[in-house]
Amino acid sequence: MTATDAVLGAPVERREGREKVTGTARYAAEFDAPGRAQAWPVPATVARGRVTGVDSAPALALPGVLAVLTHENASRLGEPDDPTLAVLQGPHVPHRGWFVGLVVAETLEAARAGAAAVRVTYETEPHDVTLTASHPGAYVPESANGGFAAVTKHGDPDGALASSATRVDVAYSVPPLHNHPMEPHTSTAHWDGDRLTVHSSSQGTTAVQKELARMFGLPEDRITVRAEHVGGGFGSKGTPRPEVVLAAMAARETGRRVTVALPRRYLPAVVGHRAPTLHRLRLGADTDGRLTSLVHEVTTHTSRVKEFVEQAAVPARVMYGTPALRTAHRVAALDVPTPSWMRAPGECPGMYALESAMDELAAELGVDPVELRIRNEPETEPDSGKPFSSRHLVECLREGARRFGWEDRDPRPRSRTDGPLLIGSGVASATYPVLVSPCVAAARALPDGGFLVRVNATDIGTGARTVLAQVAADALGAPLDRVRIEVADSGIGFAPMAGGSSGTASWGSAVHEACARLAGRLAEHSGPLPDEGITAEADTSGTADAESPYARHAFGAHFAEVTVDTVSGEVRVRRLLGVFAAGRILNARTARSQFIGGLTMGLGMALTEDSTMDPVFGDFVERDLASYHVPAHADVANLEAHWVDEQDAHLNPMGSKGIGEIGIVGSAAAVGNAVHHATGIRFRELPLTPDRVLTALLEHEHPAGMLGV
Amino acid sequence: MRSFAYVRAGSVEEATDAYASHPGARYLGGGTNLVDLMKLGVETPAALVDVSRLPLDTVEELPDGALRAGAMVRNSDLAAHPAVRDRYPALSQALLAGASGQLRNAATTGGNLLQRTRCPYFQDVSKPCNKREPGTGCGALEGLHRDHAVLGHSDQCIATHPSDMAVALAALDARVELHGPEGGRSVPAADFHRLPGMHPERDTEIHPGELITGVLLPAATAGLPSAYRKARDRASYAFALASVAVVLHLSDGVVERAGIAFGALAHRPWRARRAEDALVGAAPTTAAFEHAVDLELAAAEPLRDNAYKVPLARRLALDVLGRLAPPATT
Repeated sequence: MTATDAVLGAPVERREGREKVTGTARYAAEFDAPGRAQAWPVPATVARGRVTGVDSAPALALPGVLAVLTHENASRLGEPDDPTLAVLQGPHVPHRGWFVGLVVAETLEAARAGAAAVRVTYETEPHDVTLTASHPGAYVPESANGGFAAVTKHGDPDGALASSATRVDVAYSVPPLHNHPMEPHTSTAHWDGDRLTVHSSSQGTTAVQKELARMFGLPEDRITVRAEHVGGGFGSKGTPRPEVVLAAMAARETGRRVTVALPRRYLPAVVGHRAPTLHRLRLGADTDGRLTSLVHEVTTHTSRVKEFVEQAAVPARVMYGTPALRTAHRVAALDVPTPSWMRAPGECPGMYALESAMDELAAELGVDPVELRIRNEPETEPDSGKPFSSRHLVECLREGARRFGWEDRDPRPRSRTDGPLLIGSGVASATYPVLVSPCVAAARALPDGGFLVRVNATDIGTGARTVLAQVAADALGAPLDRVRIEVADSGIGFAPMAGGSSGTASWGSAVHEACARLAGRLAEHSGPLPDEGITAEADTSGTADAESPYARHAFGAHFAEVTVDTVSGEVRVRRLLGVFAAGRILNARTARSQFIGGLTMGLGMALTEDSTMDPVFGDFVERDLASYHVPAHADVANLEAHWVDEQDAHLNPMGSKGIGEIGIVGSAAAVGNAVHHATGIRFRELPLTPDRVLTALLEHEHPAGMLGV
Repeated sequence: MRSFAYVRAGSVEEATDAYASHPGARYLGGGTNLVDLMKLGVETPAALVDVSRLPLDTVEELPDGALRAGAMVRNSDLAAHPAVRDRYPALSQALLAGASGQLRNAATTGGNLLQRTRCPYFQDVSKPCNKREPGTGCGALEGLHRDHAVLGHSDQCIATHPSDMAVALAALDARVELHGPEGGRSVPAADFHRLPGMHPERDTEIHPGELITGVLLPAATAGLPSAYRKARDRASYAFALASVAVVLHLSDGVVERAGIAFGALAHRPWRARRAEDALVGAAPTTAAFEHAVDLELAAAEPLRDNAYKVPLARRLALDVLGRLAPPATT
């Protein structure tokens, strides 16, 4: 084994770990300087309407308050690419929680008190925030998130269904969900003449720089955006959020350095959420358990500010072979906050529905659910007809079944108990596409034998800077500890965000190319290096994003074991195991963390995370971490993440697929299928909280409607 | 910034004096709820009288076999105290079922009793709430109320009291000890919290200026079989959907004493007197338990979205009663 074989894939510890655990890693709110002011937004308290008046005097009278910005006095900005960023640009209130003011003050406490003192009057309009499958406003959009066609059709799905030996026709519901990263969205901005510097909790500084340039009418090179450490995002920091615009605006108005750190309770209204999805799944199969027809129809909501369509029917275009396939999205624009990306948008809720329906089909057919999936393995990607660059779903299912002990499972529902507990196990497949974007990188060999690699990647807690150093060391043929890496600064050059599970592939391709080029130059160089070293650069535009003749996706299989308490209806996950085929795993330690994190988040989606749109007031009711129930440690018992070796020459120089999102994808369906196995009851609405589960258990025990007796 | 006075009291008298001389004062214990409410603008005290360092931080064994827990004993310490664990297991279990480890380390016995409802409308000053601002209405009635009351609510307020500890205290016949301008008194824990009626702004029977000095756990329930069970949305750090504390004493094959209190069903821990009365003197059979619990829950009036609480509470109660009664008798 050579040194480079060892470095790529090795379980290298994250480079910033010590800084993080000792509290010295600085996040966006922590770039303090003398004179730094704090700002607190004023959210709208009506569900729809317009601001008719703002009385800032009570706020301005408070000690420490420097300024109150509203649509009446804030400067007009250029039109943003993302209309949710057009804050304080007009009186219109598109949903409750939309920011109608910003109070800038000497301290956070003064800003908060000032925000509470601002008097805003509104003219209200009737609002509609309730999504239903038959919502009269629902329409077929031109495309869904990711640019996917809203509707696809192959063969005769309805005819094939009608003539299928076995049919499943079921509806599932996934509530709105919230990203809630540990670090709320935060930006610190300061101006130096007409130069703007921003420390932002963003998943990508290039997008922030471009949007600020557009809105503030500046050349991009006068704006520097840094995001050295970011406390998670799960998609909600993928593009700029209103706080960065407000910080830059307030800093310009006051001449101060200004920090806007959004309160946790304000996040659900302004940083995006996973839109609720209502699914109808129809599956037809022949007597051999082969699909004859698959129809996945999704209804979701968006805001009236912009259209975002959760592409939940898209994974059905990838997963299973079927002669007839229809996938369709409908969306209703409501007076709700604007939805956006949340970990595995599309795949996550879509696969919950599809994989739950596959479980129902397996039960109808009397076929083992692992076997049913294997039987329906397609030759080529069902929608495009393209060959897969690699696809090892079957291997994941088999390896997962072996590790989980699936073959010992009694397939009969409600066949296993432990006192008052019903015990069940379930399986689900997972998939996530391979995405990649162009990026620039530079690598410099220094006279002291070290290397400096610069790439505008963002490490949102994933270990990105560590993995990229490994990629560099591998391409350079250099020891890892000789490679220094600088990331998360828009001044380095353009880069895509940490999102779409594409960061490592995108940044890594550029790093690899720059380093390989540098290695070539060093091989031709003789004698000592010049003082400034030797530099090589790479720009992967046109190559990284070149159309592939292959369908490229990661796959996985999730297995869950649950207990259902027949006394209380409480469901707990005893074991959750995932096996993934995601190309070459570049760092076994950080990859495992990513998978485990995804499994945990999926567990929360299955059991605990619930968000309710209040029909009267028009906002999400659960807005703090006491009421929006992400899993606590006590909920997370035994999680395992494994992967199969997968060689794929059609990806990128590292041979990697993204791993940030697939861990969540199959979790909810595996847990839900396990709950069915435990109880014999199908639950088709998430999450599986005790109120729902107990009510169904009682109906199951007392079908004559003796609920409550 | 909203400014407020801060007074650190060195004695109970100093505390009540400071409270009296600062209109709009609040006592500050562990601060795990009050400080949050101040940040939300729900509480806007003119002064905080910090009682967290008062010498009320011990658990004292009294000559008659009772136990007195000082008001400043932290929830973690009370839960772990050997005498509590041995003689009042329901209390220890209830404390450990509440909040998170970090919160239990900070929260005090007195503060736990005085915590406010977690009704989301109460916590949001942009919405109506009769408890926060009498006369403004109730946002939860037509809004989200899956977690709200099924017993004893009024058209003014459907909030529940969030404490686990208080439910166990109610079942154990504990008393809340108070000190105020008129001296000391004690109130049964089961009667300490109020039903909302027309005045949901009043959570408890405490008089203005009175300070909780401790909780008395009586000798009468010491060492009796007792247990607490809570159902919740996640395994830790979640308020109860329903909970129950039960004290059950059998003698000569019949129930001699029963203390049953439900949590998360009402504006206060719901002492199930009807069920208790039905059980005393009865043989501890499943049928007797069902009859008793059903008598109590017959008074339930669920709201649009919380009917599940009635069967949930019923099953929790029957489960705990069954576990406390020797198997041969059920």
